Amino acid sequence: MQIVFLLEQVVNGLVLGGYYLLIALGLSLIFSVGGIVNLAHGAFYALGAYVFVTLVDTVGFAPAVAVSPVAVGVLGILFERFILRRFYREDPILSLLVTFGLAMVAEQAIRMIWGAAPIPATMPAAMRGAVIVGPFLFSQYRLLMIAIVALILLGIWLLLNKSAFGRVVRAGIQNPDMVAALGIRLQPYMTSVIVIGVAIAALAGALFAPITIVHPAMGAEIITVAFVVVIIGGLGSFWGVVLAALLVGVVRGVTIHFLPAAGEASIYVLMFVVLLLRPRGLLGESIEKFDK
Amino acid sequence: MNHTPKTISGGLTRRATLQLGLAGAATLGFPSIVRAQGGPINVGHLTPKTGFLGALGEWATLGIQMAAEEINQAGGVNGRQLNIMSEDSINPDTAATKAQRMLERDKADFLIGEISSASALAISQVAARNEKLFVAVGPRSDVLRGDNCSKYMFCTDIPNTVMVNAVGTALKRDGMVEGKKFMTLTADYVFGHDLLKAAKDFFDRNGAELVADELVATDLTDFSPLLIKIRQTNPDVVCLNLAGNQVTNFVKQYSEFGLPYPTVGFNLNTADAWAAGLGNLQGTWPTVWYHTLETPESKAFVEAFKAKYDKIPENHAWISYIALKIMAKSIGETGSAETPELIKYLESGAEFDILKARPAHFRAWDHQLIQEAYSFTVDPDAEDEYAMIKLGEAVPAADVDLETIYPDEKQNSCKL
Repeated sequence: MQIVFLLEQVVNGLVLGGYYLLIALGLSLIFSVGGIVNLAHGAFYALGAYVFVTLVDTVGFAPAVAVSPVAVGVLGILFERFILRRFYREDPILSLLVTFGLAMVAEQAIRMIWGAAPIPATMPAAMRGAVIVGPFLFSQYRLLMIAIVALILLGIWLLLNKSAFGRVVRAGIQNPDMVAALGIRLQPYMTSVIVIGVAIAALAGALFAPITIVHPAMGAEIITVAFVVVIIGGLGSFWGVVLAALLVGVVRGVTIHFLPAAGEASIYVLMFVVLLLRPRGLLGESIEKFDK
Repeated sequence: MNHTPKTISGGLTRRATLQLGLAGAATLGFPSIVRAQGGPINVGHLTPKTGFLGALGEWATLGIQMAAEEINQAGGVNGRQLNIMSEDSINPDTAATKAQRMLERDKADFLIGEISSASALAISQVAARNEKLFVAVGPRSDVLRGDNCSKYMFCTDIPNTVMVNAVGTALKRDGMVEGKKFMTLTADYVFGHDLLKAAKDFFDRNGAELVADELVATDLTDFSPLLIKIRQTNPDVVCLNLAGNQVTNFVKQYSEFGLPYPTVGFNLNTADAWAAGLGNLQGTWPTVWYHTLETPESKAFVEAFKAKYDKIPENHAWISYIALKIMAKSIGETGSAETPELIKYLESGAEFDILKARPAHFRAWDHQLIQEAYSFTVDPDAEDEYAMIKLGEAVPAADVDLETIYPDEKQNSCKL
């Protein structure tokens, strides 16, 4: 019986991994293209949740989930145009500091606009409840979420690997000067990738709002886990992030099964072990411009 | 979030240096004038404004500010204005550091506030070392009134034992205790451990069986592994000894998974229930106060709060409000903000109007406020999250001694 129980936690951990993936993916994309360590990523996640709760009562669940990443994505354009763009070729510490400051500004702005008290958010009654498959218990809502995550993952993979857009972006990641020498202006590509990253974070916020507390500090809470996932996976690696998110979900779930009090600590132990054995992360690639 | 002192960067002009020097000399040279009897009463208010109890601390801050404004607008206490210095206590270490700074540098006359039992313990030690009063407003651990009670600390919220008794009375009435298998989830810090102990005592006394108990880290946000474990354990009742954001996250996800077991909770602050939203909360819970309480004083407070902040007050807003009013009355009656006089007055059994049907008083031997408690149930068909909480009758009943729901001298180890 114990084995089945454990297996159930492993399967649940994989589902949970999808949950982390949504945040970590954008973070990894933004780092890859711009060399920006975006500490404000959690703020976009929080904004996504807040836009969702503001809209959901008037427009309904699905439209609110759809509008939220678009609205926050527009903010992302401004973020890239007026802030990030200045830091692409600067020391990463500068972008780290500026996004750190921005994260604080965003959290306080949320406090001023929506108040400090948490905001209630619920899902439609039809989405509540569990599906039991054999010995496994799944939340219907999370299965839906996983389907969305899989679609996004597929979409981004196709975009980066099978399109002309993706070829320029990948070339730009490896060697921006060569891309420029070929007469291609990299700027619009950078903007697009960053807006995609920001929009995915906002979508995560909208999707998580019904199952987690919506309060001003929610962005600061999620950003640490997102970084752990990106670091374990290897900075800049698409599949590394996917693998790491699933691994973090499973390790956390299994730890909570045996020792709930150590649940959150387990992911940091995992990061520690991975970095000791593979300092570049699980699937970390060598990126020419960062190796100089 | 930390209030660090501003540093002076760059060069100072000669004039600025002179002004600074003069100002410094003035404070050094004439401290007695600055702190004259007619000066303000400095109140050091510490409460968590970030972290898993941060949402509750925001309510506490609104409550104490409103009380201070009312008192100051009415001319202060014996003609002295109240000066509230309110800061984020963050965690026990920072709370202790800030408490020391408030007493030493900011010349606080007394300390008030806190929700975390762990931070309150740390502040209590600082207060005792400085021989100043600390009114622990929101923490509920029995140990603060028991093993770790202090001559300098007075506790205003209901303790864990009372919350268990308030809910337990309702559960026994509904036949949900004897012979039932309970599984508990407990916040992994001093408050949770303490509440689990009170819950275990209750189960033992009433023939219930504890089949599993899990400690939950305070920063846990995803409960799905525990929800799976609950199904694997298959208890009759799921019992929650959680705190702050944990409650909201658990309640939302429990409803998401749609598990069939009834839940009861031995701790809930109504802000956490509101944050969960309509249709997520179920079960029987304790509370120290709710805005639907039918007393004229309570209704007047709710109206004034709504007029000022445009929202309905939560129990931490209420308790911070009445805690400062208790202190104002005490200073007014004794004519002094000096610690020994205040302790003597608070220990005298003086009665305080806390907007409930019966007045409250501090017990001299363990310094806790003796007052009515309530249980509440949840109306799934309510129109909004404020209406979903249905406040039960006061516990104990009107003709029963208030002391009966509190631990007596044999059960409580406090030695002052």
